[in-house]
Amino acid sequence: MNPSFSSYNQFKDQLLAAFQTNEERMNGESRTPVHQVRRAALKQFDLLGFPTIRHEEWKYSNVSGLFKEAFELDEQSPITSDDLASLEIPNLDGNILYFVNGKYHPELSRIVSPASQVQISSLADALKADADFIGSHFARYADYQDNAFTALNTALATDGAVIRIPDNTTVEQPIILRFITDGRQKNIASQPRNLILVGRNAEVTVAESYRTLGDRASFVNVVTEIVLERDARMQYYKVQNETEQSYHIGTTQVNQTDNTHFYSATVTLNGNFVRNNLNIVLNGQHAEAFMYGLYMPNGKQHVDNHTLVDHAMPNSYSSELYKGILDDNGTGVFNGKIYVRPDAQKTNAYQSCKNVVLAPGASMNTKPQLEIFADDVKCSHGTTTGQLNDEALFYMRSRGIPKDEARTLLLYAFSQDVLSQIKIQPIREYLENVVTQKLGK
Amino acid sequence: MLSISNLHARIGEKEILKGLSLQVNPGEVHAIMGPNGAGKSTLASVLAGREEYEVTGGSVLFEGQDLLEMAPEERAAEGIFLAFQYPVEIPGVSTTNFLKTAMNEIRKHRGQDQLDAVQFLKLMKEKMKLVNIDQSLLSRSLNEGFSGGEKKRNEIFQMAMLEPKLAILDETDSGLDIDALRIVAEGVNQLRSPERSTIVVTHYQRLLDYIVPDYVHVLYKGRIVKSGPKELALELEEKGYDWIKAEAEVNQ
Repeated sequence: MNPSFSSYNQFKDQLLAAFQTNEERMNGESRTPVHQVRRAALKQFDLLGFPTIRHEEWKYSNVSGLFKEAFELDEQSPITSDDLASLEIPNLDGNILYFVNGKYHPELSRIVSPASQVQISSLADALKADADFIGSHFARYADYQDNAFTALNTALATDGAVIRIPDNTTVEQPIILRFITDGRQKNIASQPRNLILVGRNAEVTVAESYRTLGDRASFVNVVTEIVLERDARMQYYKVQNETEQSYHIGTTQVNQTDNTHFYSATVTLNGNFVRNNLNIVLNGQHAEAFMYGLYMPNGKQHVDNHTLVDHAMPNSYSSELYKGILDDNGTGVFNGKIYVRPDAQKTNAYQSCKNVVLAPGASMNTKPQLEIFADDVKCSHGTTTGQLNDEALFYMRSRGIPKDEARTLLLYAFSQDVLSQIKIQPIREYLENVVTQKLGK
Repeated sequence: MLSISNLHARIGEKEILKGLSLQVNPGEVHAIMGPNGAGKSTLASVLAGREEYEVTGGSVLFEGQDLLEMAPEERAAEGIFLAFQYPVEIPGVSTTNFLKTAMNEIRKHRGQDQLDAVQFLKLMKEKMKLVNIDQSLLSRSLNEGFSGGEKKRNEIFQMAMLEPKLAILDETDSGLDIDALRIVAEGVNQLRSPERSTIVVTHYQRLLDYIVPDYVHVLYKGRIVKSGPKELALELEEKGYDWIKAEAEVNQ
């Protein structure tokens, strides 16, 4: 047996054992519908195993690096607010929830919105307080039959954020979920699980931010399920700025109904291996989804964005723009699937992926996939991958702007199409700073 | 100010400039004319430092310094400005932001203080009048979706802002109707001064009706084959380039 195969099995066994440990700790919870789903998901994970590059959905993203590390699955962190100072986003106001190694830390968090606007709790608390309600939504949207990582998360999910917005309510302050991995002492794995329910004609802005402290390995496997009831509106941002030792695999599953609007931006600044799945089901008429993405792998980083828009009903609209800046030996993947179901007449779906490759060692794989079963639709897709425009560089230099500055300015402008979409100003400014710093290297 | 002697340059394997010499003194306006393919734009590009061109011989001194040793941005900081024949579109960077960056880089190079926002805006307002350019145009992405005339006006506006010692206008008249041409020429003329020199590269004489040169040079097969006063341009307009070509062949 070769060593990688043995470490693969060890990790899998460790994860399966963690489920048993969780179960043994439970009192009444093991009989709840949620736990029955967990059991089914564990079985499915056991069956599927981790994907290899022979799997069509993982062709360009090899997860085998994960098995080279031994992770702690349930490690409490002694973290204090002082430890978080270096990770703070300046001037950020609103509801800020900290999850450390996947566990909610109320002492670090602050909830400022009144309960009349939004109910925010941890999944662990919500499962105790209202197991039936959680059971009616948990894993109803994010499919775990075909995705081993979603199955794994579903099986091991014990904590995360649960956000419920009542009908006809606008949550004035944004909700920021900060997932911190404390990698100062040990290699840490976590399985955060979020559920966001936006009521009829309600509106909310939610951001997920991922950071790792220290230089040990981290593995975050997150699933976020989002439901928009009719006429609801949501801004959703997912921001990763982790380390060269970070593995991040995440699925955001969005279920949209009639006349809902969903705006998203997925920004990946740093991480060893990052896979973002953004799956949107437009399950209602006049539903609109806007998806923006920015990724900038350098060094040996790998960033994979898989998006899926499922136009299930007539008169829906989706628009997608992903942009990549790839340097050194960085690699990127964009896979954009659009389904237009037979009933989904008058669908408009647009997809674009643009990349700048700065070094001969960097590479990008793009794959648009359109599957259209209705006849009265407008769909377009386009991908470009090229180098920085030499003519533009010379033009700027001829005006006195040094080469490096010109390069940074051009790439910064390139990133602005995505960053300008972010409506939480302190987060946008923070990202602009990190992007500028990274470009200036 | 500018002293070019026996300049040879090529792009790839193709030699384009074959021993070009030219002397430009402060305050002078020189027109470089010549048939297509003579090397006019190559000369402009080599002076601005475009990297695709390789200089294989000769020298270019700018105020006594070796220009060919300088990066394009250093040349700009030293006071050279090239108005592009085809100004480049730069999405996401406004003219205002672009110019502010450029001006402050140049000032940094010269050891001058950075301009603050108020000073910069004041200067911009003043120079906008020169070429009749609109504020809204300057807030848009640089040259993106601009008409031909707007692009050229923007070039002259940038020149007015950067106040170069030597301006090189590369076929600035191409693609302009007569009204746009007049506005652009007017801008250039207002910037004429005893210290500022201009090289006007053009195929046609009509631009020289508006920007009147002190000297006219004819470039043919990579060398200046004839120089004369402004009347030479009129003669070329009337008789074409064939007689120059014939004369040049005889002299070789």
